[in-house]
Amino acid sequence: MKVMVPVKRVVDANVKIRVNAEHTAVDTANLKMALNPFCEIAVEEAVRLKEAGKADEVVVVSIGPKVAQEQLRTAMALGADRAILVETDEPMLPLSVAKILLAVQAREQAELILMGKQSIDGDNNQTGQMLAALADMPQATFASMVDITDGQLTVSREIDGGIQQLQLPLPAVVTADLRLNEPRYASLPNIMKAKRKPLDTLTVAELGVTLKPHQQILAVTPPAERKAGVMVASVEELVDKLKNEAKVI
Amino acid sequence: MTVLVIAEHDNVSLKSETAKVIAAAASLAGDIDVLVAGSACAAVAESVAKLQGVSRVLVADNPVYKAQLADNLAKLVVGQASGYSHIFAAATSTGKDLLPRVAALLDVAMISEVVKIEDADTFVHPIYAGNALEKVKSLDAVKVATVRASAFDAVPATANAAIVALDVVINSVCSELAHTTVASERPELGNARVIVSGGRALGSADNFAMLETLADKLGGAVGASRAAVDAGYISNDLQVGQTGKIVAPELYIAVGISGAIQHLAGMKDSKVIVAINKDPQAPIFQVADYGLEADLFEAVPKLVELI
Repeated sequence: MKVMVPVKRVVDANVKIRVNAEHTAVDTANLKMALNPFCEIAVEEAVRLKEAGKADEVVVVSIGPKVAQEQLRTAMALGADRAILVETDEPMLPLSVAKILLAVQAREQAELILMGKQSIDGDNNQTGQMLAALADMPQATFASMVDITDGQLTVSREIDGGIQQLQLPLPAVVTADLRLNEPRYASLPNIMKAKRKPLDTLTVAELGVTLKPHQQILAVTPPAERKAGVMVASVEELVDKLKNEAKVI
Repeated sequence: MTVLVIAEHDNVSLKSETAKVIAAAASLAGDIDVLVAGSACAAVAESVAKLQGVSRVLVADNPVYKAQLADNLAKLVVGQASGYSHIFAAATSTGKDLLPRVAALLDVAMISEVVKIEDADTFVHPIYAGNALEKVKSLDAVKVATVRASAFDAVPATANAAIVALDVVINSVCSELAHTTVASERPELGNARVIVSGGRALGSADNFAMLETLADKLGGAVGASRAAVDAGYISNDLQVGQTGKIVAPELYIAVGISGAIQHLAGMKDSKVIVAINKDPQAPIFQVADYGLEADLFEAVPKLVELI
């Protein structure tokens, strides 16, 4: 069974971002970039499926600038077998990403598409669901457990108020939540090995995908700052402030 | 202009988020229809019919919709979509699962977690864990969006809309094997007036009981940081933050939470924030209205005693 894992290059989760002076975008120049944390969890899960003998090949795919090769190498250092970069410098909406991934899937014919539930830049949480819709595949979002037995996929999903366990036929799209696993650290030998693994580069045009504009970004602004609060000296003072000043208790 | 709102429910009762999504839809000053898809969900449809601003309640009542699965629900919604200028759902786990699928089938983009509607085409939503707000203009014929319920005030239940049955049965290829819900006497996080949240500093699941006592005394809910959830102190559906619940209660009490940006993203719109932490450098103090530098194991019992 082949597993395809779409991944994204994003600003590192520990970097505090700033909106640019013109209020047109987030300033990402010279920031530390990384593999999106949810994508990393998806890669780890795919590699574990392979290690458990349930998958034969793990293919990672990214859509982005040439430097996104770094994140594909990271994914291969974690255990993915090969990588595909669909190179573009254009920012992409989730629907466009899903259309490109659909074209890649048409070539790859993966039986399972495992991906992060959202990227921590756009926070959209749309791409997996959109790809599943376009491919007419079932989906299991927010996965905290994935198992494959006799061609049937079983997934536990983290939903509001509890856990839903689903059974799905393959091929299917699964999106990873935080608690699916804890990704390993890539060892130095594996990082070296990843440099020699195959990485193919494609363009959107080569895939025959036509995209159209859907949205115009009018402004990107910082959120309203909270006014600085006060430090209280004791629990008594806190209770007094909450009762008499804030009037919330 | 006509808006289709997808109701959020568990087949028995309507979730509070729907009245807030209807409030967001009402700002567009058009007709509002609400789709209730479920199984034996007549009571839900009746609750929806009472909400102010609702023109019609469309009810697809069939066992195939019981588990709220995205593949067949999306086809149901798309089948009803013609004539609607907007399709909204709450940014809950169900709404987030379903709506991108609907948008893709309609070949339109989607806007996630809308916090402000400027006009029929223009929406504001947070990106980068709420560290920036993006204002986008949709160029699509149909605007599909999830709405962050905590950013809107619920419409009251003062109306009596018509209920229309939809005889459309679409099967899912998935099956629900199990559905476990965490039963709680406390209000839901998204709906609570007061939330008492704990972090890793609580040290154990047993110590969370202390926060439950405080929450119960205030009639509030209990929440947690990701660190506390990952440590296994409390169940994951109570996580507040970028990837958990986004809340905006009247009073948010953060106990032993350092204040990572991912946590702040989930609670910084609360009206009053209290932070109790023994580390004076904890970033949580920068967003707190009232900060108390103290050992939580002394401060929380005292707080329970004094309130």
